[in-house]
Amino acid sequence: MLGTDLQQEAERQIVICNACRYCEGICAVFPALQMQRSFVAGDIDYFANLCHDCGACYHDCQFSPPHEFAINLPKTLAGVRQESYGRYAWPAALAPVFARNGLVIAVIAALSVTAFLAGMIMWNAPGALFSAHTAPEGFYALMSHNAMVGLFGPVFLFSIFAMLMGLRNFWRDANAVRSVSGEAPASLWQAVKDAGSLRYLDGGGAGCFNEDDKPEDKRRLYHHLTFYGFLLCFAATSVGTIYHYGFGRMAPYAWWDLPQMLGTVGGFMLAAGTGGLMAAKKRRLPDLVDEGTKGMAMAFLLMLHLTAVTGLGLHILGGTPAMGLLLALHLGVVFALFLTMPYGKFVHGLYRFAALVRLAMAKRVGLKTKVAA
Amino acid sequence: MMSSPSAPSVDVLVIGGGNAALCAAIEARRQGASVLVVEAAPKVYRGGNTRHTRNLRCAHDEGNEILTGPYPEDEFWDDLMRVTGGETDPELARLTIAESKTLWDWMNGVGVRFQQPLGGTLNLGRTNAFFLGGGRAMLNALCDTAENMGVEIRYDTSATALDIEDGFFKSAVIEGPDGPQTIHARALVTAAGGFEANIEWLKEYWGERAENFLIRGTPNNRGTILRMLLDAGVEPVGDPTQCHAVAIDARSPQFDGGIVTRLDCIIFGVVLNNRCERFYDEGEDFWPKRYAIWGRLVADQPDQIAWIVFDEQAVGRFMPSVYPAISAPTLEELAEKLGLDPSAFAAEIGRFNAAVVDGDFNTEIHDDCRTEGITPPKSHWARRIDQAPFHAYPVRPGITFTYLGTRVNREARVLMQGGRPSANIYAAGEIMAGNVLGRGYLAGIGMTIGAVFGRLAGEGAARHVGN
Repeated sequence: MLGTDLQQEAERQIVICNACRYCEGICAVFPALQMQRSFVAGDIDYFANLCHDCGACYHDCQFSPPHEFAINLPKTLAGVRQESYGRYAWPAALAPVFARNGLVIAVIAALSVTAFLAGMIMWNAPGALFSAHTAPEGFYALMSHNAMVGLFGPVFLFSIFAMLMGLRNFWRDANAVRSVSGEAPASLWQAVKDAGSLRYLDGGGAGCFNEDDKPEDKRRLYHHLTFYGFLLCFAATSVGTIYHYGFGRMAPYAWWDLPQMLGTVGGFMLAAGTGGLMAAKKRRLPDLVDEGTKGMAMAFLLMLHLTAVTGLGLHILGGTPAMGLLLALHLGVVFALFLTMPYGKFVHGLYRFAALVRLAMAKRVGLKTKVAA
Repeated sequence: MMSSPSAPSVDVLVIGGGNAALCAAIEARRQGASVLVVEAAPKVYRGGNTRHTRNLRCAHDEGNEILTGPYPEDEFWDDLMRVTGGETDPELARLTIAESKTLWDWMNGVGVRFQQPLGGTLNLGRTNAFFLGGGRAMLNALCDTAENMGVEIRYDTSATALDIEDGFFKSAVIEGPDGPQTIHARALVTAAGGFEANIEWLKEYWGERAENFLIRGTPNNRGTILRMLLDAGVEPVGDPTQCHAVAIDARSPQFDGGIVTRLDCIIFGVVLNNRCERFYDEGEDFWPKRYAIWGRLVADQPDQIAWIVFDEQAVGRFMPSVYPAISAPTLEELAEKLGLDPSAFAAEIGRFNAAVVDGDFNTEIHDDCRTEGITPPKSHWARRIDQAPFHAYPVRPGITFTYLGTRVNREARVLMQGGRPSANIYAAGEIMAGNVLGRGYLAGIGMTIGAVFGRLAGEGAARHVGN
């Protein structure tokens, strides 16, 4: 098999897994690999993105290190996964961003916050940053709604486009030799259910593993808090946009109004979930960790966490002179988050979802082997 | 009763760390005994051959969410009689089968999880309960449960001497990372496996041939405890010369290669020894009924090595295995790669090909694809080996377990020569499996015997302590 060193190492292990099959009940990866006898680079990336990193197979495997077969799929697939994000990035020139992801995202976040701060100071009357909380239009006194939409809109649209192109690259590679087609709607729905419930972050029902060999890990809960908290925050913004354009109802909204309620609940969930995930990541059993993936994961969690915390801060301290600073901080972080979405850990959700769709299709209609030209 | 487990005395000492040992430890602890388990392996390799198992066979009157249908006791009995040819202790066999009915609930109760078999080769979904994640996952659950109950497990610790007087166990010397220590216990459970990893011992029956045996499971099954018990006057059971031997990939590690080294392709090709001669009917019967004879067959060949040879038609028709097949575009080139005489190799395949009678190839039945006029014949599934590229797997005997053990009664107490039960020594698992499985093999029955007699041993040991 041609591919990177990590892909070849993953293939070596997967061949052994395919001969053993004891783990077939644990998650999606094993049933997927058991559908094939030989593997190409795209298959390995597909398996890597199916893996939810629950850790169960490492502890269950009779061939884990120090056994000479040295099977450690969670760690190896984590490395392949991170590599794959770079492989599928669009434009390809930005792929190197994944290699030093933590640093890049930190710098972009810092620059973004500084820019918002400087902008708000320069474009407004002297001292406005610390007095805007008394203005009737709330934080729009510091940055108009149109300016926000004008800045965030294009960045958001670009990010979505870039991620769709990445998905296209992933799908093409995963289907390079063995393709799936048909039953797409039912498979999409299956993947929505599998992803939405994190069905495969559960060790097949026994639970996930993190710091030791006990299946008592809480990452599934933390991930649910993070994901659904993020969705609620997103919903808050969406409802606000509908209010604004659909009904001419402008922010600020009362605490009981939908955008505020969704944002507050979502913000707390997001803050708690990302906090839990960061703590879990720090405690993780070193045997399971691919060192190269740590920066990216932490950067993404930290960005989400800061988004939540600054948003909540703005919500709670919006009526104080700290509002201006918090607004600049929040908008800076959110802007950096949107901008780096296609070039950070955010994409894991997209590729994993696509991999789940592909598995659901393969289970329904099987794999077709393309005949070499 | 509740003496500190690190003190040199304990109610029940369990030697071994696999399924049978842990079942005994859990059961004894449940009855209130203090329990120390000594496991010779380091923690990562704990559990002996349990690590390599995948399921346990249990009788049941109704299917459930995992077991696909009923498996009545009588059917289990018939299966056992078929594989052992009656070489079993009928009383203990009946007991094992009856008790196996309680294993499903018992295992669930100690945190073992099961799954539906999805992609295995054998259709065992009705008769056997498959462990989610395999034997090591099952063992992890047992160890967790035992430790949470207060059982102490010491790894890297083996028993090096047993003080047994007239069938009464007094103390054991154990050697761990902190050096040797004498442990007094009021009852002893021996669950330390067979002796298949002791090549010197195997040589007593197999001669130098044993040097070329590969051991599919733990290197720790050296029979040390079995030998001590037999030397102390315990009555043996099972044929000492016999072991369960299959043909596995010759490139496998000496120990612990496990399930992935198996090769299921013999019926699709021919098997040649290093003189390029076929030596047995590769298509005698369905593979699940014949796989266990090939270890012995290969052991009887010069240098205990053989090659399964097949062509492109067979590729993808059998379960994948750990090492790739050795392949070449012609038979002669393949022979070169295998280190065999190319002309003799090609001539033997040619002789086989010339003897093949065409038929309708079908591995679901005993088909009519066979040879005529050669010895040995290939009775079924014979097809000419003529479609390049050609492939081969080297095979050697892979030893799964040995049959020699300690005789026990229905309380899992070992019997001394003459038939008197020991006062306080119990045995469970592979060390006594020969009582029930005197010959042959039935998938998952090792775990059944281990769990049934492990529980009996733990229960009996605790009862003895309580008296």
